[in-house]
Amino acid sequence: MSGTLRGEGLSKVFPGGIRALDDVSFSVSSGRVLTLLGPSGCGKSTLLRIVAGLERATSGSLTLDGEPLDEVPPGRRDVGFVFQNYALYPHLTVGRNLSLALEARKLPRAEIEARVRDAARLLGLADLLGRRPSHLSGGQQQRVALGRALVKRPRLYLMDEPLSNLDALLREEMRGELKSLFGRLHATVLYVTHDQGEALSLSDEILVLREGRVLQTGSPQELYRRPADLFTATFVGSPRMAVLRGRCENGGFAGRGTRLGLPEGLPEEELVVGIRPEDVEVKAEPISGGVRAAVLLREPAGDRLLLTLGVGEESLRALTAPGEWPEDVWIRVPTEALHLFSAATGKRLEPRVR
Amino acid sequence: MTGRRAGLGVAVAALVVWSLAPAVWQVLTALKPDRDITRTPTVYLPDPVTWKHVEALWERKPFGVYLANSAGISGAATLLSLVLAAPAASALGRSPERSRRTILRALVVLTLFPPILLLFPLYEAVRALGGLNRPLALIVPYAALSLPLAIWILERGFGQIPAAVEEAAILDGLGPLSRVVRIQLPLAAPSLVTAAILVFIFSWNEFMLALTFMTRDQAKTVTAGIASVSGSSMFEIPWGQLSAAIVIATLPLVLLVLLFERRIASGLTRGAIKG
Repeated sequence: MSGTLRGEGLSKVFPGGIRALDDVSFSVSSGRVLTLLGPSGCGKSTLLRIVAGLERATSGSLTLDGEPLDEVPPGRRDVGFVFQNYALYPHLTVGRNLSLALEARKLPRAEIEARVRDAARLLGLADLLGRRPSHLSGGQQQRVALGRALVKRPRLYLMDEPLSNLDALLREEMRGELKSLFGRLHATVLYVTHDQGEALSLSDEILVLREGRVLQTGSPQELYRRPADLFTATFVGSPRMAVLRGRCENGGFAGRGTRLGLPEGLPEEELVVGIRPEDVEVKAEPISGGVRAAVLLREPAGDRLLLTLGVGEESLRALTAPGEWPEDVWIRVPTEALHLFSAATGKRLEPRVR
Repeated sequence: MTGRRAGLGVAVAALVVWSLAPAVWQVLTALKPDRDITRTPTVYLPDPVTWKHVEALWERKPFGVYLANSAGISGAATLLSLVLAAPAASALGRSPERSRRTILRALVVLTLFPPILLLFPLYEAVRALGGLNRPLALIVPYAALSLPLAIWILERGFGQIPAAVEEAAILDGLGPLSRVVRIQLPLAAPSLVTAAILVFIFSWNEFMLALTFMTRDQAKTVTAGIASVSGSSMFEIPWGQLSAAIVIATLPLVLLVLLFERRIASGLTRGAIKG
């Protein structure tokens, strides 16, 4: 019963002229998870609320399984919404929190009980059905919020930063549970988060939003490997990609105090080079084609060590094996690992294929 | 520090004496024999305690009927007022900020008009509709006059409910009325109780309309009834009976307030923080 959702040219202008969404198009096919990723204020929650029917788009259209959704009132949209702060009904027991939507739909008593029981079992809430939300832990409240969406057996799940109120440990645990739940339910999910790690791990596809515009849509792998612009490049991936500014001159990169080899076929112009920490090769002794760098900071990260390195007047970070690194090291970045962006537009530059 | 506390204690005690003294005096007077009530020098404590005045209320007047009328009319007015105020408050809460404020202000302005302005037009209307001596003649005006207050209190109460909870209810398919009944009212219970009690007290204490519209003894509320308590001659003022009547008329309100005291306090202060 999972649906396919399509949004076409959605824009939202709030009174006062603030443009929260600007011509956003997307689609989620049945059983897939699309994450709306972006910093706060990028319009991702607004988009989710438009899909839920809590807000109206200024222009554009929505369809669910090919049927227009725009005029359908929120209560009839067949969506399960999970709120960031859970928004449970504090005066009702867990059981009634789960059943209220079904009661409103006037389902038969037996059907309601069966669905509540199923959801409770799936989420480990079976023993808590008689409790009030105020007597639950944050993680349990989160499950009730999920359950409230689940019992409706909706065609579409909408999740507004559902994990952001949990502490780090619980968040990771719930992330895994969510992912396996999505798979088991074969659910179509529109998921909103500002946490790139969450987006990478949960999504089939990610849509990066910034200031109401779509920057890139793609699989987590695509986004990570081939970010379409500088913003996505630095937003996705942790530890963050280092960014060096400079010029393409004589087939090489001239930055502030650094020179790097560049692939062929690039225009001679101002450009930005992005380097992911795991792509930096670090050696204690000189290597051919290497650059000398000063170790500024050592941050242990479990089985890896994160070094902050000074190269010329720039700095970049490198993930290395833990160990005693001298003050000065040599680094090398394979040319094909460099991410190149136009300094003028921020767009990704693809060197002409050799 | 202890000096300040002592000062506070004295101030509180003074305030309590100041507020309660008249009430205590009424109770004492109600229980005193007639000759002690007006004697100089003043007799403070009833000696012996007499229930004569209380009994006289039931013997010479249908005081039980007055009380029942008051209870019925005030209860019905309270119910009607809340039933009308709840959807209004709910709708107001979802209105755009500007119109919401404008309407709330207009409601305050409405309460500034002295009710006596309404007396003659209302009397004409009630008489024309054949409503004199009927409970509805008081229930409807009481509910109407207390509506602004009830809407204010409920609007505040509903305003405390997180927007997301309401949105969750919308997405769960609850209609506007269903949301008021199943989500907003239970969550705003303290405000609801506060509004109910204040409307009930207003209705119970109302005198002018009651005196004007209720001319038959069997139809009178307790306030109008007290006004009709008289002595055996026009030269005799039955102080004892009046005091007894006042005490008995006040007791239900005192009990009501004591019963819901904590709810009222939280209802009145809720919303103070959000401002």
